[in-house]
Amino acid sequence: MEKEIRTATTTEAQLQGEEFKSGVSTSEQEREFRAAPKLDTSPTHGLWALTNRDLKKWYKNPIQLIISLVQPIVWLGLFGKALNFGSFITSAPGVTAAEAAALMKSTFGVTDYFTFLAAGMLAMIILFTAAFSGMSVVFDKRFGFMNKALSTPIGRGSIVIGKVLQSTIRSLIQAGIVLVIAIALDYSAMTAHLSVLGIIGAFTILFLMSFGLSSLFVMLALRSSEWQTQMAIINLLNLPLLFASNALLPVKLMPSWLQAVVKLNPVSYANDATRQLLVGATATNSLAVDFGVMIVFAAALAALGIYLGWKLLQK
Amino acid sequence: MIEVKSLAKSFGKLQAVDNVSFNVMEGEIFGFLGPNGAGKSTTINMLTTLMKPTSGDAIVAGYDIRRHATEVRRNVGVVPQEYTADEDLTGLENILLCADLYGLPRSNARPHAMELLKLVELLDAANRKVSTYSGGMRRRLELACGLINYPRLLFLDEPTLGLDVQTRAAVWKYIRMLKDEYHMTLFLTTHYLEEADSLCERIAIIDHGHVIKIGSPDELKASIGGDVIVVGVTEAEPDLSASLSQLRYVKDVKKTDHEYRIKAENGEEASIQIIDLIRSKGLHATKISLTKPSLDEAYLEFTGRSLREEETTRSQMFSQRITMARARR
Repeated sequence: MEKEIRTATTTEAQLQGEEFKSGVSTSEQEREFRAAPKLDTSPTHGLWALTNRDLKKWYKNPIQLIISLVQPIVWLGLFGKALNFGSFITSAPGVTAAEAAALMKSTFGVTDYFTFLAAGMLAMIILFTAAFSGMSVVFDKRFGFMNKALSTPIGRGSIVIGKVLQSTIRSLIQAGIVLVIAIALDYSAMTAHLSVLGIIGAFTILFLMSFGLSSLFVMLALRSSEWQTQMAIINLLNLPLLFASNALLPVKLMPSWLQAVVKLNPVSYANDATRQLLVGATATNSLAVDFGVMIVFAAALAALGIYLGWKLLQK
Repeated sequence: MIEVKSLAKSFGKLQAVDNVSFNVMEGEIFGFLGPNGAGKSTTINMLTTLMKPTSGDAIVAGYDIRRHATEVRRNVGVVPQEYTADEDLTGLENILLCADLYGLPRSNARPHAMELLKLVELLDAANRKVSTYSGGMRRRLELACGLINYPRLLFLDEPTLGLDVQTRAAVWKYIRMLKDEYHMTLFLTTHYLEEADSLCERIAIIDHGHVIKIGSPDELKASIGGDVIVVGVTEAEPDLSASLSQLRYVKDVKKTDHEYRIKAENGEEASIQIIDLIRSKGLHATKISLTKPSLDEAYLEFTGRSLREEETTRSQMFSQRITMARARR
């Protein structure tokens, strides 16, 4: 066995090359078992490998993706269509359609509720996907993979950012699908303000939101190996982050104390920007403020996540 | 290869590892033997930098585990107790993932992965999902992953936990091969006496976080008083007890009617001398038996009890259950 490996013959190399189509060259096969190559010691080595591992598990099992899309579709298709604020206002005696539209515009920033909710749904699916990013940390701990990763020289920060990246990429793809569904459900209203630049801008701010939120949920999972605890954390944070934001209803309708909370919620800033960029909603903040807040949010939480990764992953 | 100086780890009030010191020489198979909860895994976790020691120092593969943890990780291989491979990926994908985590260049990773899969005889199953693997195959895959970074030193935590006898023998074969043919140093933990006995050149018996005794299996056995030789003779007279006691290695002689019960250090050589002595006196030996003390007895002697199962934490239980369940597949 040893001899074969130490001085692998050309035929063997060719055989293996053919068998696995790896294009392995003879010289590499003849490398001695003990001659170790130089390892990549850059701080980001292995980051993509870790990210890709989770993504691979995800796209090889499309059922997960389909189930995750059910919720926003139900919200958009049933809730969004049923909650027709526009016709509610016009149903009042003596209100003209133009007056109703003006009232909608001044309250919701758009003239119909569906487009208002569509932008909120993008935020919701990202929030829910990000919330479960910590779960995969817990499962990796439970099923042993985390220990494998920790025994290798991969940066502890890369373990955190790998989890954040896979969740971010998944959530953006899901958000993209939700946007397509929203357009399909109400083509004329959704495409009235749509532009390539707007889409790029919207997904940039959604990326920042997802990156920050995923960092938050991953760092909350770093110390936990109980999935029940993690579920409790998700439930604790998920709905407040959703309801205490402008995702489902406009801030104007809220009591002032809640408005103050909404102002602190990063989800609100992402929504404000995506609404402006995708459906031409009236701005609450300027785009510069929205982007500024989200950049700081994402960078701060990612940095904290990396720091805690180095600190907490070694027991 | 490993120098451990009064290493200790406590979890709250529990002193899991208490001032442990030992050295592991280059090229040997060193075993940590002890019951569950004795501190074996905690020690291995500290030496492989998964845990930070509460106090004490250790140099592993030339690097300080506190100050140069990343260098330690780069230079040692680890085969953890539980199965760590990703079930949803194939064997080859798993080992390539490990290669990436170590930062092995792409051009090298694939041929080396194939080389290792061949070594552990998994080439045929390389492109199958790990969820279809048997316990033995999973263990071999873990072994291959542990070798991907060309380590000179390999840590194996309970390498045969939950495996059947045949598969266990196969794992032992690989471990011996790594030592004999690749001149690797191996550090393993086990709570199987026969595993420590047949595999390790030196054993540290550990219990309640203390290293109780270090030595080769034979030394450990010898230190509890040596082999027992029973010689039957046809004639009860003359009594040879006195001259038998004079022999080299012999420590103690007891005579019954037609039997001598002799305790000796090196039973094989002592028994030849005993026969020679009996014959030289013109007497006839009817039978001779040599009983070696087992490691079991040695263990009993040092720890005051035999190996037992100890209570473990819930998550430990869970991961062990998963390991066992997968092993039995």
